[in-house]
Amino acid sequence: MKEGNTIFFNTRPKVRSYAAVCGSKEREGVIGSYADITLSDDMYGESTYEKAECKMLSDSIALAIKKSALSDADVDVLLSGDLLNQIISASFAARAFEFPFLGLYSACSTMSEGMLLAAALVDGGYARNCVAATGSHFASAERQYRYPLELGCTRPPQSQWTVTGAGACVISSECGGIEVVNATLGRVRDWGVSDVNNMGAAMAPAAADTLMRHFKDTGTVPEDYDVIITGDLGALGSRILKDLMWEKGYDISANHVDCGELIYKVIEDEFQGGSGAGCSAVVMNSYFFTKMNAGLYKRVLFAATGALLSTVSSGQGESIPCISHAVCLEARRD
Amino acid sequence: MAEQNARNCNENYLKYVRGLAPPTKHFKNCLSAFGVGGLICTIGQFFRYMLQYAGLSGDELAGAVSVILIFFGCLLTGLGVYDRIGRYAGAGSIVPITGFANSVASPALEFRTEGLIYGTAAKMFTVAGAIIVYGVFSGVIVGLIYYFL
Repeated sequence: MKEGNTIFFNTRPKVRSYAAVCGSKEREGVIGSYADITLSDDMYGESTYEKAECKMLSDSIALAIKKSALSDADVDVLLSGDLLNQIISASFAARAFEFPFLGLYSACSTMSEGMLLAAALVDGGYARNCVAATGSHFASAERQYRYPLELGCTRPPQSQWTVTGAGACVISSECGGIEVVNATLGRVRDWGVSDVNNMGAAMAPAAADTLMRHFKDTGTVPEDYDVIITGDLGALGSRILKDLMWEKGYDISANHVDCGELIYKVIEDEFQGGSGAGCSAVVMNSYFFTKMNAGLYKRVLFAATGALLSTVSSGQGESIPCISHAVCLEARRD
Repeated sequence: MAEQNARNCNENYLKYVRGLAPPTKHFKNCLSAFGVGGLICTIGQFFRYMLQYAGLSGDELAGAVSVILIFFGCLLTGLGVYDRIGRYAGAGSIVPITGFANSVASPALEFRTEGLIYGTAAKMFTVAGAIIVYGVFSGVIVGLIYYFL
């Protein structure tokens, strides 16, 4: 069933299992005790940061499959992507598995895009078990998007810190304590922000657009959700999102949480908080799913946000188009 | 018409975002840049006095001091210390010659994984290239002005 841009899943696909790997800086924070693997060294025993990112991603996928008591043969497809050029981490990670792979690119909103596509495949009867996964690494993202790691430059106060981590979940037609109820597909929004250090401000309009369409399509109000989670808007972007929603008559200030704001223990070098595809992937696949399984959150709206820019487009002075996909999850009622 | 509206809407939004953006702490930044930059220069001056004492003078002396500072700039970059100093000191550690050494050494390290020729050597000047080009260019302009005056 479809209403506006929202898909309603009749069979309510389940989150069968989930796994997360996080880096050394991230494990100091709240997710440290929820993540399955926490790294003491961000190289993860590899020779390059790109290999480390790939290993984090493949480990989280393998662990999620293992926790669901499935084998490679039971998995119908892997939906994954990452931030690196030509999504190398995801495609290289997929080498290790025996199931098909569909590569995604939706920048930092890859997790929610993967989850909604997996749920759609499962709900349509085209797959029984799908894996949605994504990750990012601070060092590889810095290298691609910004400056060499050792360059002694200052970061502007509105900047964010790319999360080192990866998360994966198995969306299944069978067992699992969390159900994917519906999902709102994102529209690309661009309100003219061209400052690459201010992703929060660039992404907030896309998040607001998706959330408002979700509320309209589903006939719900923000109070119907225990928590409304955005991906990596950071402190500044969250504030803008709340203002934008407030202007249109939706008050999300009481139950809105941003993964980027939540992930780090003390905001020091990170300024506005975490960002990157791994940000929402790690937080959802450790902290929030664990809390949902424990019954602390009954109904959750997860809207990861992505900035669809490249170093070429920002070098040529283009503004930053952004997207946000929302997935509504409910703890099973039985 | 719709396009005009969208543009106005964007402008309003950008104005609002600029109003919200956290202010850069100019005074504090200037102070730490002054402190650290001054310290690097003082250390350079210290080496200068020492080498002068050892018997060097003129261009040799200036060259030797630069070489020592460049060496320490590269060493601290390799040890992963210089970026931390830079984060705190800003222009204070970018402007002196140690900052230039850092801007050459850091991409050389970073792209080491892509090989010695296409990585380290080819990418070495990704940051410093701009400094060299505009440094030489402004040198030429100033030289021409000087010549005609």
